[in-house]
Amino acid sequence: MTAVLDAPSSSTLSARPGSGARRFKNRLATGLITASFGVALIPLVWLVWTVVSRGIHVIFAASWWTTDQRGQTYRSGGGGAVHGILGTAQQVLLCSIISIPIAILVAIFLVEYGTGRLARVTSFMVDILSGIPSIVAALFIYAVFITTFGGKRAGYLVSLALVMLMVPVIVRTTEEMLKLVPNELREASYALGVPKWKTIARIVLPTALSGVITGIVLGVARVAGETAPLLILVGYNSNVNNNPLSADPQGSLPGFIYNEFQNLGSKFALVNGKRTEVHYAADRMWGAALTLIVIVMALNLLARLIARRSKVTN
Amino acid sequence: MTEREAMTEPRRTGGPPQDGLVGSDPIETVTAESPTRSAEIRPDTADGRGVVGSALPQSMAGVDELPPVSGAGSPSLGTPSGRVRRGDRIFYLLATGAGVLTIALIALVAAFLVVKGFPAIRDDKQNFLFSRGWSVNGADLRFGVVDLLYTTVAISVLAMLLAVPVAIGIALFITHYAPARLARPVGYVIDLLAAIPSIIYGVWGIIVLAPVLEPVQRFFYVFDVIPLVADKGYARGTVFNGGIVLAIMILPIVTAVSRDVFERTPRANIEAAWALGSTRWEMIRLAVLPHGRPGVISGAMLGLGRALGETIAITLILSTVPAGKPFSWSIFNGGETFASKIANASAEFGDPRQTGAYIAAGLVLFVLTFAVNAAARIVVNRRKEFV
Repeated sequence: MTAVLDAPSSSTLSARPGSGARRFKNRLATGLITASFGVALIPLVWLVWTVVSRGIHVIFAASWWTTDQRGQTYRSGGGGAVHGILGTAQQVLLCSIISIPIAILVAIFLVEYGTGRLARVTSFMVDILSGIPSIVAALFIYAVFITTFGGKRAGYLVSLALVMLMVPVIVRTTEEMLKLVPNELREASYALGVPKWKTIARIVLPTALSGVITGIVLGVARVAGETAPLLILVGYNSNVNNNPLSADPQGSLPGFIYNEFQNLGSKFALVNGKRTEVHYAADRMWGAALTLIVIVMALNLLARLIARRSKVTN
Repeated sequence: MTEREAMTEPRRTGGPPQDGLVGSDPIETVTAESPTRSAEIRPDTADGRGVVGSALPQSMAGVDELPPVSGAGSPSLGTPSGRVRRGDRIFYLLATGAGVLTIALIALVAAFLVVKGFPAIRDDKQNFLFSRGWSVNGADLRFGVVDLLYTTVAISVLAMLLAVPVAIGIALFITHYAPARLARPVGYVIDLLAAIPSIIYGVWGIIVLAPVLEPVQRFFYVFDVIPLVADKGYARGTVFNGGIVLAIMILPIVTAVSRDVFERTPRANIEAAWALGSTRWEMIRLAVLPHGRPGVISGAMLGLGRALGETIAITLILSTVPAGKPFSWSIFNGGETFASKIANASAEFGDPRQTGAYIAAGLVLFVLTFAVNAAARIVVNRRKEFV
């Protein structure tokens, strides 16, 4: 990061010689520019506050972390988010297993081998991939696996759609990191007669490891909250389903939020024979939202910590 | 195979082309040729591969300062003869294969969307591109994308118009106003906005933000005669509503790209502006903004690309408009974007003919985002080559 360039003793030099209009414009611009940061801060604080204040009492219940929503309706309190947490974890894990090797190889190709046209096109396509809307990725997987091959909606299809979103994130972070590895390290290795592949696998990658892990963690954070592929590719299940490969519906945290959002309208239940307004669906929705935010933010924080301990820096 | 054996064997073709190495004395190749070779490669590697504008803000900063990476020569550099070691070949093929896979993936997406969407477009009883209405449940398919296109573009452009000025402001604040100690945390805070899952933006946008925006919307009804702000009877869940939430969502990416270019304003330009006695704002107008313009434009377009494809937040926020209502330009109207149309219909996917109509809508969205993203990247990469 370049240092902020300061006016040579700005307070005396730049403010004085200006006419009133110039000074006013300068003040106005400073005010507006500082205010723009405040403008961005408002929604962030507001949103986080909303989710925390409405969801915190939900996630502090022990049953939230130990039970699923089996047999629960909008009329009953209780149950937890285990089905969602497990489902999201499995889908993301499966997605990571597929994405990580591909993404690291693409990054290696771009940095270590890519000099020609192919590398340029690949780099461009990684950019395009990072801009593909998640719903289009999901439609593509649907068109291939369900329309063409006659498959059924299942958790693993979600993982496949998420691969398309995760790969570019890991490629870009890994690529930046590989480029920071000093060339002298490679040359020293070649000078010792170490083959190129071994140099990459044993020297370059370990040096850039923290960057690679940062990319993976950011990739996980990116896909964990994706909802659009869930709508198209897997049904929602309020019970735990531990097999993303089966053609059964599978719960997930975003799916849980979406499902409870649909229940928000049903507010009235008979309690002791009296029609009473209940908020169980809303509670669950905010609870799931808070759980998801906590997980994603924790992952982002983790990524930053790992990045900070990196061996190579710019 | 030992190195000595390798040296005596003829060079096997099939590896990557190594012009300088073929036919020359094997020993000399290593001692004399390889250093020049890697030196030769440097310049075109450094500018040939534009990698600015990654999805990750923190990875974008400072690419300029890197030493040019040579890719360290050919895959066979370690071997004395031109013969490529087996491990190297496998590794090379794997890495290249992964690169080709990425390209193939995009091609496959396009191919499958075309192949699966085209029959529905062919059976469409009305013009797919230039008509309104969406009825795919009956015996006849009748659907057109005009309504979807208008809502998608209106909501995204609104988001872009709101987000870009604020993003420029934040980027300037981080790069040229905030004290160095504050700049980094401010950047983190903006990146946090990108970390929040979009479904949570959607839930917050419709439940918490929409009621607050209602009076603002009512205020604009004063100008009811202007079609753009006409009262259509939707208090919440309007394009206006969705546009504001989208603006918050795309703020981080536009900020990241703008920040990246503002940071790289040539020092000489800034100092020249100071030397002319500029105020800080005049310095920014003279030096920083002109230099950063292409970057800001491409950042805005990347944001637009995000906004066009955003699905779940918009699906939760936008109220759908019943079929048969007359077309309206108003941003205080409900509606559906391409993405939210597909998401809303996801439960009834099944019949391939009907699904084909949605896949066709997805195809239009794909083309739209591809075009916008490609344009943005080309602007970034071209600028990268000359700076």
